Amino acid sequence: MEKRVVFRSAWLPYLLLAPQIAVTIVFFFWPAAQAVWYSFLLQDAFGSSTQFVWFENYQSLLTDSHYYDAFKVTALFSVLVAGLGILLSLVLAVMADRVVRGALAYKTLLIWPYAVAAAVAGVLWGFMFAPSIGIVTYVLKGMGIDWDWLIKGDQAMLLVVMAAVWKQISYNFLFFLAGLQSVPRSLIEAAAIDGAGPARRFRDIVFPLLSPTTFFLLVVNIVYAFFDTFGIIDATTQGGPAGATQLLVYKVYYDGVKAADLGGSSAQSVILMFIVIALTVIQFRFVEKKVNY
Amino acid sequence: MVENRPWLTFLSHAVLIFGAVVVAFPLYVTFIASTLSFEQISQVPMQLWPGGHFVENYRQVLSAGTTQGSKAAVGTMLFNSFVMASSIAIGKIAISIIASFAIVYFRFPLRNFFFWMIFVTLMLPVEVRIIPTFKVASDLGLLDSYVGLTLPLIASATATFLFRQFFLTIPEELAEASRIDGAGPMRFFFDVVLPLSKTSIAALFVIQFIYGWNQYLWPLLVTGQESMYTIVIGIKRMIVGGDAANEWHLVMATAMLAMLPPAVVVILMQKWFVKGLVETEK
Repeated sequence: MEKRVVFRSAWLPYLLLAPQIAVTIVFFFWPAAQAVWYSFLLQDAFGSSTQFVWFENYQSLLTDSHYYDAFKVTALFSVLVAGLGILLSLVLAVMADRVVRGALAYKTLLIWPYAVAAAVAGVLWGFMFAPSIGIVTYVLKGMGIDWDWLIKGDQAMLLVVMAAVWKQISYNFLFFLAGLQSVPRSLIEAAAIDGAGPARRFRDIVFPLLSPTTFFLLVVNIVYAFFDTFGIIDATTQGGPAGATQLLVYKVYYDGVKAADLGGSSAQSVILMFIVIALTVIQFRFVEKKVNY
Repeated sequence: MVENRPWLTFLSHAVLIFGAVVVAFPLYVTFIASTLSFEQISQVPMQLWPGGHFVENYRQVLSAGTTQGSKAAVGTMLFNSFVMASSIAIGKIAISIIASFAIVYFRFPLRNFFFWMIFVTLMLPVEVRIIPTFKVASDLGLLDSYVGLTLPLIASATATFLFRQFFLTIPEELAEASRIDGAGPMRFFFDVVLPLSKTSIAALFVIQFIYGWNQYLWPLLVTGQESMYTIVIGIKRMIVGGDAANEWHLVMATAMLAMLPPAVVVILMQKWFVKGLVETEK
């Protein structure tokens, strides 16, 4: 869509675009280009000499079993976060769409975790599940479950998944609720007259009509799990125990900042950038076509 | 409601109440913990009704942080977070509203090129280019400054898109009439476009304020001095030892203070928040 009526000026549009473009070049394109450049370099331990090594950093990543582990951990984490988050918020949204009384109150009670920073969410959940003094740990111990996420990898994973899902439910919930409210009432009524019960109506009418929303949320949740959960990891497990919760983005940070491996970290950045670009392209492809029946 | 099914309505309420309680439980525990003393909080299990140290704990963290770990005052952190969140929100809105105005209301060489240049940044979260961006900021001497905290996060493809979408719905007649009346582009921008964009600006402000307030990785890298910590970083710095050694009552008081401003913004500006969320992402 284009405007028919436009203004004419040889310099004004450039001036208006200048701040945005300047920030974009200095803080997006230049660093991204640098990341690609660094990924071909190898620095010695003291940072005094640098060598151009072509794809050596990538080769050593591809032969590094820790890197594969981080890939697997990230895949598991994002499947759990996206799957659980979408499922739980769909249930809540369907229920909230049904009730007449108190709908606004429920909405308010369910959306506020969106405002909580990932790192703070990590601190909260880490505290409730703290191995020695956590209140939930106490309950779990009473049930005979030995809970210590500082030692047990699967429990650490469970903890960060719970914190991440908790933070993301409000977002998914709002999108599902908006989607549910745009389902035409006449369709539902027609199905009801034909004798379809609530479950049947959900399966054959509502859920198919929600599929664009669901797909959109799937991609957004995967991106969220990949990148925005950095704070949760850093505030709780810091990738441990023994790499059980080391996500790709955490490894980029750890290798680059803590271990000062510039080339290796940059190569990981470049790989992550490709993953993000692929996800965005998929997103736009499907949004254009509309996943619908 | 298509039909009356009391049992299903009951189930809906039950599920929603259960959901709201589970979602609120961490908040409740945090609040209770922030009113206890160090001795009370170290007891297993922790009590689940408020203790009497509310004023004491909050006064302590606001003025002097924790006693064992980070001694940075949370009051300063709140101020830093507030400056950062507002600057990011206002900066993003300001630079993207004029950029989209240029893209929608002008024809000029390289217009599409610039549009795509902004579009591509949609795909690059700060997390994937941490170290090079940090180097750029450090080369420009932006470490430990408000400019360093905000400027790199200010470019926003989402805001530019939202405004572009919105400008395209403004009737052509308005621009036409302005031109006939002899108004230049900037006059048109300030007198017509800006007032019409009020709701979009409000919606975007809510979303971007929360985004700015909750930033973690970037402030973690850029701030070295305690006086520049934002509250989200400050909390992390308070957690020092093993889990029983931390002064959890003070950490939790700080967590309450970190959650309060963005939560208040979300709840009070709920209408705009929902609008901003749904529209920026579509």
